[in-house]
Formats: sequence, structure tokens, C-alpha cells
Amino acid sequence: MSDPGSVSGGTGLEAAAAAGVDQLSHVDDSSQKQRKPRSLWSDAWGELRRKPTFIISLVIILIVVVMAIWPSLFTSVDPRHANLDKSLQKPSAEAWFGYDLQGYDVYARAMYGARASLLVGIFSTILTVIIGSFVGIIAGYAKTWIDSLLSRFADIFAGIPFVLGAIVILTTLNAPNENPGVVRIVTQVVLSIAVLSWPVVMRIMRSATLVAKQQDYVKAARGLGASPMRIVFRHLLPNTIAPVLVYGTIALGAFIGAEATLAFLGIGLRPPVVSWGVMISESRDYFQSAPHMLLFPAGFVTVTVLAFVMLGDAVRDALDPKSR
Amino acid sequence: MGRYVLRRLLQLIPVFLGTTFLIYALVWAIPQDPFSGKCGQRPCDPSYIAEMSQKLNLNDPLLVQYFKYLGNLLTGNFGTTFNGVSVGEQISISWPITFKLGIIAVIIEAVIGIIAGVLTGLRRQGFLDNLVLVSTLFLISLPVFVTGFVLRLYLGPQGFDIMDTSVGADPTIGELILPGFVLGSLSMAYVARLTRTSIVENRRSDYVRTAIAKGQPQTRVVGVHLLRNSLIPVITFLGTDLGSLMGGAIVTEGVFNINGIGGLIFRGIQEKEGVMVTGIVTLLVLVYLLASLLVDLLYAVLDPRIRYE
Repeated sequence: MSDPGSVSGGTGLEAAAAAGVDQLSHVDDSSQKQRKPRSLWSDAWGELRRKPTFIISLVIILIVVVMAIWPSLFTSVDPRHANLDKSLQKPSAEAWFGYDLQGYDVYARAMYGARASLLVGIFSTILTVIIGSFVGIIAGYAKTWIDSLLSRFADIFAGIPFVLGAIVILTTLNAPNENPGVVRIVTQVVLSIAVLSWPVVMRIMRSATLVAKQQDYVKAARGLGASPMRIVFRHLLPNTIAPVLVYGTIALGAFIGAEATLAFLGIGLRPPVVSWGVMISESRDYFQSAPHMLLFPAGFVTVTVLAFVMLGDAVRDALDPKSR
Repeated sequence: MGRYVLRRLLQLIPVFLGTTFLIYALVWAIPQDPFSGKCGQRPCDPSYIAEMSQKLNLNDPLLVQYFKYLGNLLTGNFGTTFNGVSVGEQISISWPITFKLGIIAVIIEAVIGIIAGVLTGLRRQGFLDNLVLVSTLFLISLPVFVTGFVLRLYLGPQGFDIMDTSVGADPTIGELILPGFVLGSLSMAYVARLTRTSIVENRRSDYVRTAIAKGQPQTRVVGVHLLRNSLIPVITFLGTDLGSLMGGAIVTEGVFNINGIGGLIFRGIQEKEGVMVTGIVTLLVLVYLLASLLVDLLYAVLDPRIRYE
């Protein structure tokens, strides 16, 4: 019978990634049928190479990454050059995406905005995954009382609604009229996203560890006298990291969207930083008269998030031999 | 059953205390001077500071402050803001609107999500299946405020003029349908996908085959046997989602200018009204925790195999 306590709580992302947990117990039989035994990952890679959604999402992500590293490859216009004569002009051959209120070229800003948005996404994902897997693997492997202590501790953070928590944290750290520096605000946004999201990774990691702990290879390792550190890092981690990585891929997309949401509320990144979220928040009062100001950066956010979600979906399906 | 409920309720207490203390500490302990900018351009009158500090227990250590505050909450006293406005009164005006919005969002996402999930789960690989997969992917990728702005722009009078997208001060259910749809749109995609996966998994199970072999009509096999078993993960999701939707309503309320909890808390934070912020957050956390408890109890109703001793 299922224990209702273990499934309580969790967001949609967790539900999406949780399917990946199942595959742990099925890893062995998938490789038996092959003539040459292949590892889980090489098996998944063979599956992924033939998937169009995987290729498409990879290409999109590659383009966005190139955009973030060398925005000048895509545009020769300076994103910080304002010309008030052109304020709110519609898209034209000269400026494909039109101009915003200050007379900035929206296309150029969209290219240069990729960097800040992607950086926030990547850093928050790395931090979330590290904190979450560390606590999760300890909770799953350690004694019961440590497990329940850590689980309740995670529940405390999971109980705070995301937007609400981020608003409280970010406004506490910055007074409303203050304009913090670029590095400081990026760090704050990354930290607040990670602090509010790690319980999801922790739960995924914990349940994966609980399954893996019962496997024979762990018992064998323990019987051979391996230290807990060795068991966790050499035996458990390689076998439990897959569902977390799937979640991480999807979450990276979601965090780029979260950056945009926080900027929209006026508490995330703010000018002079150029990011998609900042562009969207600048458009909020003018979107009825100049919808291009909103639609283009929003389109970039959507396509990037879409690519990461598609990638995560494809990897999860490939890692799950049951779905074949 | 009774013992289980009791155990769960006891487990809720440390989580509730931890979460609310965290917020309380963030709001009251970290900012240096709670009175900065409270009295216009000049520094506050010492007698006013003394009175407010006394009222808010600001001279006590943080833990004592927190428990005094919690004690007041338990007697239904939310306290007053720096201007002397009763927080409880403000909340009682805004709360029903946000609550209505949240409920409408959950109903919309449940109805559309489950129908889409069942239809696609029963008939995989068809046109409808691909359509739902692609559209859920898009809904997941769209930030909520973009959905809101775009729908407002194109459905409203400036766009194709299909409906009136403005929301009044005391909105009716009809006015809240579009905001509710926007609020629930992301979760709707998850509900559809969750239902689909669940239906696909259970469709090949023995009890479904038995029901078909017994000669049960298709509607009964799907509606009673299959659906009841497949909805358990969906119900979990919906329950926890109700809590997070209330918190996420801030963005939707901002887009549609709805006079709900979101606006209240946002103003509270901007004006540094700590009493207002802690009061609302406590309320939202409580809703979230109770909704997840309710979900656990619903399991037993849906799946008689789950029994709480």
C-alpha cells in the first residue's frame, strides 16, 4: 500500500520529474536484452539521437547560448543607445522588432538580454540541484530521525508560495527606492529562487535514494565494509542523479520564466541590466498601444523555456525503458 | 483514521511555526529601522515610536515578539498598521475575492485538464493526443503574466472585442472567469499530462480487463473503474496547487487590476507594513497546509485500499 505521507506536497515539475524515479528499479533488465551490455546513459543517448524533439530543442538552446556569449554576432546596434525620436515605433525593416519607450532597439536588446536571463537560469538551477540533492541524499540514506528532521525542514520552505516568498526576500534585502548593483541583484535573485525551490529536488532525490538503498549492490558494498561516504558518492549518487537532472533541465526553463516574473513585479533584475524580464516589465504600462514591446521578449522567453522543457521531456522518456 | 488525522495535524504544527517564523524574521528582524520614512520627510516623534514599539512589542527579543504576535493571531486579532488601519478588516474585504479566484482557477484547470487527459489517454498517438501534448507544452512555457496580457489585449475591446476584460472592485463570478483561466492555465497543462500518463498506465491493468470481460459498458469501465483509480495523483496535485495558486494570484491580480490579497500584500511590502505582510502570509501558509492535509484524507475515499490505522 502506498504511504500517503511520501507523496504529499509537490509541484507540477516534481510530478513531471517523478516519473523518472521509477526507472531505477528497471535499469538492469533493459541492458540484459542487448547483446553487448550498455549503460543507462549510452542506452538513452542512442534513443535520444533519433528523436526530432531532442534535436530541435538542442538547436534552440545552442542558438540561445551563442546569443548569450556573443550577442554582437546577431546585431550591430548598441542596446543602450536610446533615440527618443523613435519612441514606441512599430517594427520596420530598419528595426525588426520596433522601438520601445526610450527609443531602444527591441531586437538588439532581445539579443543582449539573453545573457542575463540565461545566467540567472543556469546559476539558480545549479544551486537548487546542489542544495536539494545534498540534503535529499542525506535524508534518504541517514537514520529515520535525521530523515524526518530534514523532511520537515524542507516542508518549511516548501510551504512558502514561490512568488510571495521571493517578494518578501527581495524587498527585505533592498529598500524600495534603492538601486542595487548588477552583481548584487543577480546574486539575490539567484539565491531567492534556489532557497524557495530546493525542497522539490530534495524530495525527488530522497525518494530515489530510498529506492536505490534497497538494491543488492548497496547491500554488497556495505557488506564489504565500504564507508557511508563511499556508498553515497560511488554507489548511490550515480544511480539517483538521473531524475534530478531531468528535473534540473525542466527547472532551468522554469527559472528563466521566474526571472521574468520577478522583473515584471519590479523586484527582480532592473535597468541598467538588460534582460528579457526587464524588457517585459518596461512594457507593462504600454502593451496596449505598443504590443511589440511585450510580445517579442515574451516570445524569446517562451521559446527558450519550451526548448528546455522539451529537452527534459525527451531525456526522461529516453531514461525510462518502460515507455518503449 | 482519527489517529492518523491527529498525527498529521501534529506534524503540521512545526512546519506552520517554522514557515511563519521565517517570514516574521525576514520582515521584522532584517530591516534596520522599521520607522524610516513612516512619518513623511521628518524623523518620527519619539512618543509615536514609543507607542508603536510598545504595541508591536519591538523592544522584546525576536522570539518573544513572534510568539506574542502568534498569540494575538490565535485570538483573531491581526493587529493594526502604522496608520492605525485594522489589518483583519482589510483582509476580510480582499480575501473572498482571491479565494473566489483561486477556486475558479482550480475548477477550470480540473475540468479542462481532466477531460483533455482522459480523451488523450484513451486514444494515444491520434491527432487530438498530439494537439494536447503540443498545447500543454506551450502553456507550460508561457509565463502567466504573458498569457494574461495577451488574452486581455486580444479578447478585450482594443483587440477582437469578444468580451469585457475589465474587472470591477467587487467582481462577479463571470468577471473572474478569464483571470481564473489565466491563473490556472499552467497547472491545467500539468493536470492534463498527469491524467494522461495515469490513464495510460492503468488502462492495461487487470481490473480494467476484468470489467470489460464482464460486459460492462465502456462508459462505466472508464467512468467508474479507470477514472477513480487514475485520479489519485491528479487530486494530490490539485490540492497542493490550491495553496500555491492563492500565492501566485499576486501576478494575475496585477495584470487584471483585481482588488485582492495580492494587491494588498504588494502594497504592504512597498510601504513596509510588516503587520499586513505577516498576517496575509500566515493565512496563505495555513490554507496551503490544510489543503495538503485534506488531500491525504481524500485518498482513502478514492482508493479504499489505502487505510489509515
